[in-house]
Amino acid sequence: MSTSPQNTKLAQLTEWIDARFPMSSIWRDHISEYYAPKNFNFWYYFGSLAMLVLVIQLVTGIFLTMNYKPDARFAFASVEYIMRDVNYGWLIRYMHSTGASMFFVVVYLHMCRGLMYGSYRKPRELVWIVGMAIYLCLMGEAFMGYLLPWGQMSYWGAQVIISLFDAISPPLALWIRGDFVVSDATLNRFFAFHVIALPLVLVGLVLVHIIALHEVGSNNPDGVEIKKHKDPVTHIPLDGINFHPYYTLKDLVGVSVFLGIFSAIVFFAPEMGGYFLEANNFIPADPMKTPPHIAPVWYFTPFYAILRAIPQKQLGVIAMGAAVLIFLALPWLDRGLVKSIRYRGTLYKTAFGLFITAFLILGYMGTQDPNLWYVNPTSQICTVIYFSFFLLMPIYTRLDKSRPAPERVTS
Amino acid sequence: MKQHSRLMKLLAAFAAASALSLGLMNQPSFAHEELALDHAPIVEGDKGSLQRGARAFANYCQNCHSAQYLRYSRLTDIGLTEEEIKANLMFSSEKVGDTMTVALDKADAKAWFGNPPPDLSVEARVRGADWLYSYLRGFYKDSSRPTGWNNTVYHNVGMPHVLYELQGVQEWVGEEGHKTLKLTHPGKLSEAEYTQFTADLVNYLVWMAEPAKATRIQIGVLAIFFFVLAFFVTLALKKEFWKDIH
Repeated sequence: MSTSPQNTKLAQLTEWIDARFPMSSIWRDHISEYYAPKNFNFWYYFGSLAMLVLVIQLVTGIFLTMNYKPDARFAFASVEYIMRDVNYGWLIRYMHSTGASMFFVVVYLHMCRGLMYGSYRKPRELVWIVGMAIYLCLMGEAFMGYLLPWGQMSYWGAQVIISLFDAISPPLALWIRGDFVVSDATLNRFFAFHVIALPLVLVGLVLVHIIALHEVGSNNPDGVEIKKHKDPVTHIPLDGINFHPYYTLKDLVGVSVFLGIFSAIVFFAPEMGGYFLEANNFIPADPMKTPPHIAPVWYFTPFYAILRAIPQKQLGVIAMGAAVLIFLALPWLDRGLVKSIRYRGTLYKTAFGLFITAFLILGYMGTQDPNLWYVNPTSQICTVIYFSFFLLMPIYTRLDKSRPAPERVTS
Repeated sequence: MKQHSRLMKLLAAFAAASALSLGLMNQPSFAHEELALDHAPIVEGDKGSLQRGARAFANYCQNCHSAQYLRYSRLTDIGLTEEEIKANLMFSSEKVGDTMTVALDKADAKAWFGNPPPDLSVEARVRGADWLYSYLRGFYKDSSRPTGWNNTVYHNVGMPHVLYELQGVQEWVGEEGHKTLKLTHPGKLSEAEYTQFTADLVNYLVWMAEPAKATRIQIGVLAIFFFVLAFFVTLALKKEFWKDIH
């Protein structure tokens, strides 16, 4: 019909590339003919948003690196230089510091979605495990990045966390720091890990996460497999819709809202009341002066609260590590007949509610002074709830009276 | 109808998220001060106040305290010309592009005050305006201290009351547990004038801690406007494409 010369040229170029690189088939398999369930709800925005934040962090990170000095003598001053003398340096820095916290906001919501709808269960065990590896990598990335501004909280936060390794093996802590205290050597290696080693791993893991997901297909709020009911002729899942244009456009709506919230923080409350940028971190690091109250950034506080809840330090470190790693066992702990919380019984719903509440309370307790009377007892109770959710899961999910899940997705 | 309810759900979730973040912001978990702070009566961006504060800083603070991340030339942001800056505010350096350093030797300072006076470039972001305001007004006579001065919000402070000529001398009087500050010897400034003086100085310290703040807020309004617009455009586009999905 209207095959203009340009179109023919473009078609020829595509053909030329496709003969050498699977460009069109990658686009088809992962974007235009990847069939996702049509019933995604609010909770399904956070995967694409996490990718968006990753890109924001990579790009702003590159520009920060152009002016940041990974040297204990100049690090703090170079951050102030970025804030004052680099053109729009303040914007780049605030986007990066806000991005760090917002990364955890979207990742926690993304993980919560996985818990609610049983996205970790067969056949998505590897999607879940790779996701957990991303989360671990992200924790390392955030922890090392937080040292770089070389403020008091950077310094003493790192000192406290690395000293946890002292509880397990002092030579290990020495090896991590490269010195007997956090010092220039530590700053240099953290910089190397933060700007190249971990981002490389992170990007690689994200690719693996998506490839694994597209192999098995996305779960959905009903927790039913859309691949069970395919069109007999086209073999397209009856409840599936093309990722592009349907979800690319839907995700754009999410992106607009997210960037609106993101901008509100960056431009009007970049410190977020001391939760995203701590007041004490505007004091240059001083190895001779310990601040009276050292708390990690909010996204680590649930685990920090678990650490402090246990009176014996070594056991505390083990409990903290276990609290993170236990998520890996979820696919094998859950014995429920249905995946989605929509069709689970009272037992699971109660356990899930208690777990989320305990996690939030732990997060709050981790920011509080441990000498306050209520901090330790509350943290201890919540730690018990936290671990019970996982350890008792094989029992309560088996006893739970779930409703049968529907055959097809509901709208 | 279905679309509508989904949108409402979405909006409800954002409302919940913003309520949560506001809640987070209201929790003062990093407080380590016992005394209630006075509210600093400052008007951010008031150029007259900022210029008076800049002069006060140059005259009273900058003998000991540096502001080593701030360049003199940046004072053009608060409405001063380079000539005015050079003539009135630069005592220790020549070039307007220099940062605000001090001649005071760190070792001397340590010997005299116990600790070298901190750099004040970002002090307002550490302490907050109210703390600085209360601090500048909280000095009182205390013969047990080497300098003869103590402070209500910074107990056993190393700094003497540099502004006592202006404020006068206060004493910490009354019964234990109900002590208050009392002005026993008035200074050159009246109480109202000293309030204005300290407010201007605090306003300047707040400005100095983040000179880009005004720009940040200006751009922020545009950014929010843009993403609100983007939301409606993308939503309309999404609805159009999703018409055939049931």
